[in-house]
Amino acid sequence: MKGIRVIGLLVLVGSLTASLVACGGKGGGEEQALASELHVYNWSEYIDPQVYEDFEAEFGVRVIEDTFANNEELLAKLQAGAGGYDIIVPSDYMVAIMIEEGLLAELNHDNLPNLSNLDPKFANPPYDPGLVHCVPYLWGTTGIGYNMEVFEEPPDSWAYMFDPELASQYAGKFTMLNDMRETIGAALKYLGYSLNSTDEAELMEARDLLIQQKQWVYAYDAEQYEDLLSADETVMAHAWSGDIFMAAEEDERLWYAIPREGATIWADNLCIPTTAPSKYTAEVFINYLLRPDVAAKNSNYTWYASPNAAATEYIDAEILEEPAIYPPPDVMERLEWMEDLGDATPLWERIWTEVRAAATP
Amino acid sequence: MAERPRARRETVRLLFLIAPSLFWLLVFFLFPLLLVFAISFGQRGTYGGVRWDLTLENYVRFFDPLYLRIFGRTFSIALTTTFLCLLIGYPLAYFIATRPARWRNGLVLLLMIPFWTNFLIRTYAWLLILRDQGVINTFWTGPLHEFLVQIATALPLPLWEILLRATSQPLHLFGTDGAIIVGLVYGWLPDMVLPCYAAIERLDFSLVEAAQDLYANRFRSFTRVILPLTMPGIIAGSILVFIPSLGAYVTPDLLGGAKSIMLGNVIYSQFMSARDYPFGSAISFVLMAVMLVGTLVYFRMGAE
Repeated sequence: MKGIRVIGLLVLVGSLTASLVACGGKGGGEEQALASELHVYNWSEYIDPQVYEDFEAEFGVRVIEDTFANNEELLAKLQAGAGGYDIIVPSDYMVAIMIEEGLLAELNHDNLPNLSNLDPKFANPPYDPGLVHCVPYLWGTTGIGYNMEVFEEPPDSWAYMFDPELASQYAGKFTMLNDMRETIGAALKYLGYSLNSTDEAELMEARDLLIQQKQWVYAYDAEQYEDLLSADETVMAHAWSGDIFMAAEEDERLWYAIPREGATIWADNLCIPTTAPSKYTAEVFINYLLRPDVAAKNSNYTWYASPNAAATEYIDAEILEEPAIYPPPDVMERLEWMEDLGDATPLWERIWTEVRAAATP
Repeated sequence: MAERPRARRETVRLLFLIAPSLFWLLVFFLFPLLLVFAISFGQRGTYGGVRWDLTLENYVRFFDPLYLRIFGRTFSIALTTTFLCLLIGYPLAYFIATRPARWRNGLVLLLMIPFWTNFLIRTYAWLLILRDQGVINTFWTGPLHEFLVQIATALPLPLWEILLRATSQPLHLFGTDGAIIVGLVYGWLPDMVLPCYAAIERLDFSLVEAAQDLYANRFRSFTRVILPLTMPGIIAGSILVFIPSLGAYVTPDLLGGAKSIMLGNVIYSQFMSARDYPFGSAISFVLMAVMLVGTLVYFRMGAE
């Protein structure tokens, strides 16, 4: 008899706590149960697979991942009405567009207590001040990947790719990204302008520079440039930092440099689309990723820098001490966020088409 | 009076029979086509999407020399591809069709097997063959070069000098229009061979014998009998190769190193990086119009 009473009491207390917890979130009413599945739409190789398993073990939520290759593909998919994703991972400038297009749900910060782990530098990014719609996940830069056997000094300047005397020494031996924003942006940076320039004269200067450069470019490539480096097909590549660090694990000759003229700093962000089937579960997952040890696990796996300050003590020393991942303050200052170009986009696109259509001498 | 209900029943049955294909055409062909057509008269929204202020500007923009030049280049690459496919495909089809009947199916199967592999993977394979450290250049600068060195020491001739110098450096095959054309020809060859094969196999060879009995030599009996009789196959094959080549965009990006741009790439970037759906739609429509004219010409020729 006594046993049954105790169990009854336990059940009562248990359900009371559960309802209290449920009300704690947001004035009650809102469903706060975890879904059984969470659909994540992510870049490939962009999370430690162990993290998915640990999350499932702790919360009983199975994570199903689908991957995309670039931001434009992600946007096109969402605009075409693809639903069913709980978490998406757009880059900074794409977050701004998606907010504008009303594709992102506002985050309930009450469900994200671990937000306080973030470095204050990332609490107010220009693309989403106050992190209303997104949480920075990992960040990196766009610079120059290179073969250390060929370069005694790191090629830490865009001049290696744009200065006629320097670049012609590496003719047919380097690739530029097949990406309008990055490649025109690099030319603008070399010329000393902002990589978000909408000034026609500056853009024309960048265009002429890129057309002049084309004769030395092996290919415009954003998918396999690290393989080309590794196969000795090229010696230098306009590159996203993380790609090179990943490749360097298999080929020790490869390394990365941030050009001193400045470069793109970018962050990929965890967001919840308005069409997400299980928003609460998605927030629980984001909060989980913000745990210091979990954030560090993803940094150690991907070799991208973490915006999570509390994660620092768990991140491998070789990552923390690498200036190409965590640059010194003076280089940090010259990094620039990409902002949406708005109505200047067709002009950029036209220039990019002109560059690619230009005949090489 | 008794005829009417039967006629109606006939009509109903007919409708029932064509309903699936009608549905297919409406939903997967006509509706998307109309959507593209409608969007091509809209304007680009600042963050993508379409503003419905109707304009002809997107079509006017196409006539910018920049895009016309790209169109011209696309057209000539597609034409070259079609021509090369015909040059390789027709003799191949002829060879297969003139084998004993029990061999033919096997040979056609052999032709098809490589094409069960994904197009992208086959294009990547060409990348490994064509690039500077690829299969061809490994042979070119390796065994071939060494062989020439040995010959040159044994038998000094000025000719070797030229060949030695040529083989001392890799050939730049990757990132050229030539590489794009190789990729396209390889990719669409079966589309040329199969219709040609069908036409040649159906050919009544007693007509060829008749021509030869009438003192036509082999060349003449080919141009006057075989070629005209297999023309429908040639035209069908050419259209099947020409149309996808005109819209190619993966091959120029991969094998052309994105250094040479085709119309397919322009359309792709309008929808992706520029988020200019109206202009992308307008270019698509111009391209479709060109293909449509080509197909109409084919049917007109077939009718004659």
